[in-house]
Amino acid sequence: MQFKRQIADRLYGSWMIVSLATILALPLVIGVGLYIKAAPMLENVSFFSLIFSSEWAPSAGNFGFRPFIAGSVHVTLLSFLFTAPVCLLAAIYLTQFSTRTLVKIMHPVIDVLAGLPSVIYGVWGILIIVPLVAGAAAFFGTASSGYSVLSGGIVLAVMCIPYTLNMLIEVFNTVPSGLKEASLSLGATRWEAVKHVVIRGNYPGIISAFGLGIAKAFGETIAVMMVVGNVVKVPGSPFDAAYPLPALIANNYGEMLSIPMYDSALMFAALLLLMIILFINLFFRYLIHKTKRQ
Amino acid sequence: MKSPDTEMPESLVEILTPSVAGRPALKVSNLNVHAGNHHILKNINLEIPENRITVLLGPSGCGKTTLLKCMNRLTDLYRELEVTGSITIGDDDILNSTTDLPALRQRMGLLSQRPYPLPVSIFKNVSYGLKLKGVRDKRLIAFSVEKHLREVGLWEEVKGRLNAPATSLSIGQQQRLCLARGLAVKPAIILADEPTSALDPTSSKIIENLFREIKKHYTIVLVTHVLRQAIRLADHVIFMHDGEIIEQGNPGELFENARSDKLRAYLIDGN
Amino acid sequence: MKRIKRVEEKFYIGLSALMTYSLIAVLAFIILVIFVKGFGALSWDMVVKVPKGGYYYGGEGGVLNAIAGSLYIALGATLIAIVIGMPAALYLNVHLIRYRRTQNTIRYFLDALWGIPSIVYGAFGFTLMLFFGMNASLLAGIITVALLISPIMVRTFDEVLSTIPKGLHEASLALGSTRSETAFRIIFKQGFSGFITAILLSFGRGIGDAASVLFTAGYTDNIPVNLDEPAATLPLAIFFQLGSPIPEVRDRAYASAIILTVIILSISLGARFLSKRYSKTNLK
Repeated sequence: MQFKRQIADRLYGSWMIVSLATILALPLVIGVGLYIKAAPMLENVSFFSLIFSSEWAPSAGNFGFRPFIAGSVHVTLLSFLFTAPVCLLAAIYLTQFSTRTLVKIMHPVIDVLAGLPSVIYGVWGILIIVPLVAGAAAFFGTASSGYSVLSGGIVLAVMCIPYTLNMLIEVFNTVPSGLKEASLSLGATRWEAVKHVVIRGNYPGIISAFGLGIAKAFGETIAVMMVVGNVVKVPGSPFDAAYPLPALIANNYGEMLSIPMYDSALMFAALLLLMIILFINLFFRYLIHKTKRQ
Repeated sequence: MKSPDTEMPESLVEILTPSVAGRPALKVSNLNVHAGNHHILKNINLEIPENRITVLLGPSGCGKTTLLKCMNRLTDLYRELEVTGSITIGDDDILNSTTDLPALRQRMGLLSQRPYPLPVSIFKNVSYGLKLKGVRDKRLIAFSVEKHLREVGLWEEVKGRLNAPATSLSIGQQQRLCLARGLAVKPAIILADEPTSALDPTSSKIIENLFREIKKHYTIVLVTHVLRQAIRLADHVIFMHDGEIIEQGNPGELFENARSDKLRAYLIDGN
Repeated sequence: MKRIKRVEEKFYIGLSALMTYSLIAVLAFIILVIFVKGFGALSWDMVVKVPKGGYYYGGEGGVLNAIAGSLYIALGATLIAIVIGMPAALYLNVHLIRYRRTQNTIRYFLDALWGIPSIVYGAFGFTLMLFFGMNASLLAGIITVALLISPIMVRTFDEVLSTIPKGLHEASLALGSTRSETAFRIIFKQGFSGFITAILLSFGRGIGDAASVLFTAGYTDNIPVNLDEPAATLPLAIFFQLGSPIPEVRDRAYASAIILTVIILSISLGARFLSKRYSKTNLK
């Protein structure tokens, strides 16, 4: 009996540790796997010329990623412009001013927004946002199909709001009410107390939430791909179409085995995406973990 | 160094003097607080005498902290609380919703159970209230910061590192900093909610001595459940139990011959 | 001065209230748009039939192939994620309980792992598939999605496990349990509500994700019966039908979007309900 239990303990123990090790090794394995596939590309062309070249002609063997990187950056930053103020204000309202009933309603609302599949956001974007943007473009006197950086930015923003908002709420909930009371009893208005205690005291947390939101937006694929136009060109205005990195990978998986080096180029794109996003994540998560410990 | 008082700019004396000096301090009438079905404070009537230390005494959970928070309407922060009745300071009713709350709260300083330094430097903690009042004069602010840090006996300890974050101070120093910060807005009343409960005996003693010192200029309302502290400091005692005021009066009388069983039991347990 | 402050306060509080309420409005708007556009094409056939010949030109049939494919993939992936995620979370909270720093470091990496986009998992799943000489299939899709949702599973379960007081571990060990007995019998039961939430969250993510199965699961009009057959998925079905020039087919994409939304909504609400129900039996 005792012996049996000891054996069981050993077995279960190793099952547990192997599982944990597997999951933790995942980013490394993914990185190495993608690198092996991307290596042939990197042997021929230098990393920097890949990133900075604008020439994209797969069948001629020219792979310049600049338009795609630029597309990703444009769409992501534009979405950030929408996400940041909305999330900051909503998180403040929910943690400082709102009634309990509203908080109770908002929990499932945020959950569902976060859980809706990206293809649903894409459908919504095509039906609503794209025509709206086309109309706006006409209003400003430029021609646009509506499939553009702006549409991508808006759809991405809505998708990333629940994600960033949740993190901000978590950050703001850690502010002790005694600190707010101190500020109020020194004569601050409620908004001043929020500014001085909730916002200023949580700069690292706020910046991290924003940073992680950007990382999430950067890797989003399907929804963006559906509304952004997918034209290989560095976009010049929000009404121009763009072609972000994830869309490039997703759109061309069919042909990639038929053109030499194409698969290598796409895996390089995936590797690039992984590195950028992992780096942003590790950096801002570190900031959060560090401030949490204090 | 010269005494800071002689350097005070004449024209600005007004900002730095207590705003309601010479008036009856605080009057609570028919105060009731509910949280849902729970009746937290039951028909509270009391007066806080001026330039005295009034002690709100009672076991934990008897509602004394809630009563204190009603006095500067921090109860607003707790959405479930429903407050009725009136609390008047001078001619102003604090519970009246049209009252200019920030200004009213500046007439009362708060010292909470554990120190809550604002997430800024030592200097800015003390100057915070003045900045809110709209004081811009750098010389005046520096003057006020020094004056109040001296008042709580912290100046010599921190004068070399005024720009260090307030959280770098020890917890006892932090509590004194919070007191200085409260004094800097020149309140008439100081509301202290078990201010020594998180402190070691030495720091507690410093705070208690400070209270004795500053009651010449301020009215102090002290919440405590420590009987010995009440005996050491009180000029006026209000004994509460389960949301009600059981007895009030001057400490000599009250502690010598308690009339109610509850207070008598508390006195026996407390000693 | 005072007036300005009061106006500023009113303005910002009003604005933040507006932002908050607008989120409810946006959610309602999205769901409304999907339902209004898709309702006309939604029929019982959509749910219970696979595409017949000519379906993609407006002919007979439904998207049962995609519904089944999505459920199979999400189910299989969730099972794998349970097998590696559940013990991993328990190990983190039982065996490593003495090592706070290690715990935090592992959580840090898991959080970062959560942030990796699904398209990267998809690309990696594709290289894995080629490496093992597999074709796009149900199995490849399941494995890729399992990799994607495992970190989510671990971290969600862990979130609840980490709140269990240390005293419970001590009590269990003091009664003579081994550590794995403590983990699987005591801590697992105590954190059961978190386990349910973790499963449903992972399952929902598995059903809704398109980018990871794009390369790996393939697409077919049949319901797969073997692990090595390709499988259609609902998000991709929506995506492909939407690309059609024929209006009837596009309408069916919207109808399929309703089906997907309803599935996701029920999972999300179910998770709320179940985690509340199971957490009631727990000690606080």
